[in-house]
Amino acid sequence: MIEIERSGALNTVQDLGRPAWRHLGVSVSGAMDTLALRAGNLLAGNDENAAAIEVQMFPFRVRFLRDTRIALTGADCRAQLDGEALPPWWGCQVRSGQVLELHYPRVGARGYLCVAGGIDVPEVMGSRSTALRGSFGGFGGRQLQRGDRLPLGEASVLALPAHGMGIAPPLVALASVFPFNRDGHIQLRAIPSGEYPLFAADHDRFWQQSWQVSMQSNRTGYRLAGAPIQPSKVVEMRSYGLIPGIVQVPPAGEPIIQLSDANTAGGYPKIACVIEDDLWRLGQLQPGQSLQLVRSDAREALAIKQAVDAWLNRVRCDVPSMSKVAGLC
Amino acid sequence: MVALVSELRNHAIPVATAEDGESVTLSTMGGRAWLVEAPGAFDLPAQRRIWSLARLLAQRNDVESLIPGVTNLLVLFRTIQPDSEAVETQLRAYWRQAQEVHPQGRLIEIPVCYGGEHGTDLDAVCRHSGFSAREVIRRHYQGEYTVFALGSAPGFGYLHGLDPAVATPRKKIPSLNMLKGTVTIGGAQAGVSVLTGPNGWNAIGYAEIEVFDPYAESPALLAPGDTIRFLPERIEL
Repeated sequence: MIEIERSGALNTVQDLGRPAWRHLGVSVSGAMDTLALRAGNLLAGNDENAAAIEVQMFPFRVRFLRDTRIALTGADCRAQLDGEALPPWWGCQVRSGQVLELHYPRVGARGYLCVAGGIDVPEVMGSRSTALRGSFGGFGGRQLQRGDRLPLGEASVLALPAHGMGIAPPLVALASVFPFNRDGHIQLRAIPSGEYPLFAADHDRFWQQSWQVSMQSNRTGYRLAGAPIQPSKVVEMRSYGLIPGIVQVPPAGEPIIQLSDANTAGGYPKIACVIEDDLWRLGQLQPGQSLQLVRSDAREALAIKQAVDAWLNRVRCDVPSMSKVAGLC
Repeated sequence: MVALVSELRNHAIPVATAEDGESVTLSTMGGRAWLVEAPGAFDLPAQRRIWSLARLLAQRNDVESLIPGVTNLLVLFRTIQPDSEAVETQLRAYWRQAQEVHPQGRLIEIPVCYGGEHGTDLDAVCRHSGFSAREVIRRHYQGEYTVFALGSAPGFGYLHGLDPAVATPRKKIPSLNMLKGTVTIGGAQAGVSVLTGPNGWNAIGYAEIEVFDPYAESPALLAPGDTIRFLPERIEL
């Protein structure tokens, strides 16, 4: 068990989500930064899809009620274990009674606390992710609050070095794969989508300007503020299924990027879709920060996915787990 | 996949061979999803071919999810598909193969309290249609509706079959906190909201109905192809 001692709004239990139920209108949910979740779980000796705590409101404090192993990934939340600083992207043993505190991040927006065995809340529709809109999954279908005691699953055999071990975060290890522009804004690769041709007059503006993440941004989607873009004619769309990453343009002309908790269907014109392996970068962007959308295609998306998979494989091999004993690496 | 097929109840009655006619519109969402949009009107024949297309594609191992929309289908492959021409050629071939299926859906009757405190947009529908409130309500409950697709929120059904004379565009400014169970009109579509929250459709009444239970073996009450009738339980004007 672990006990939440302090938490802000919208800190939730998340795994990789429930993608199999979209045809019933059920959002995928799941971690906003799936790369941090997957790597964190590997470092904790878990399955990549094990449930963890996504922390996006700080400070956040948790007490361990048994000896276990943890991994911290995602944003650098200036973590302290019993008052001692822990590095970001770090895995270590913790003892029963120890207290971990996460603070407002220096860089990034969301921290992930993975615990050996995973957060063992019941699976609902094949996932332990919290579906906030439907109020199911996760811990009682809601955000975490003080006093919640979360059960842990059965931990695998894994002996981390006594002092713990770190892994280089993807922005370091994969620096060439995840670029920034000259202004220091992240560049997200996006592939033109359905109504892209209707915005022909504004294509340059769409790709070239820096879009600012507005305050009306959350796990459902990010609204982008900037010089508006308009279609050459107003089209009446029939409701269509959509996926996280789709960039829609409501009548006001400021795009919305749909994310983990997005509706499964929408009706606004869609101009582009951010590639899946870039979505974690949005999960680490705070309102007020800016981004640039860069035109891409499926071939580039595939190359980026392969680089990410190769990196996760290296992480898997670096962690001294049973896989090494079994000779898999 | 399996869930989807069972939802269509497997009672296909092929009717006349589907004419090729106009071709489908294809577009991508990212590297592994295609939206297939049926040509033509917002009508049952188009939707029946969409259901059929979903059934055909459900047999492919490289398809991860199929999400039917309103006369369209989102096809999500398991892996990124760099050769988009090959994918689109195949999708067009499947569309030509797709013949109208007539799923034998269930009949679900939903008692409605029309007007009253939850029918906040009944006046707007009257203004747009030129009918009295009583006439709008009569035309609404006399319709026979077909569930075209589920989406947007868990278990929400997009209903086709609204009398075109009372179709009313979505609101420019959505209601911020529309109650779950509100009976609504969104353009030419009808629906019953399933979550309390922001909603841009026009509220004309209220129904006490649970359409989604995440813990049930079959979580959604409605399925594509089901028939819906609204019963005027009470009219408050």
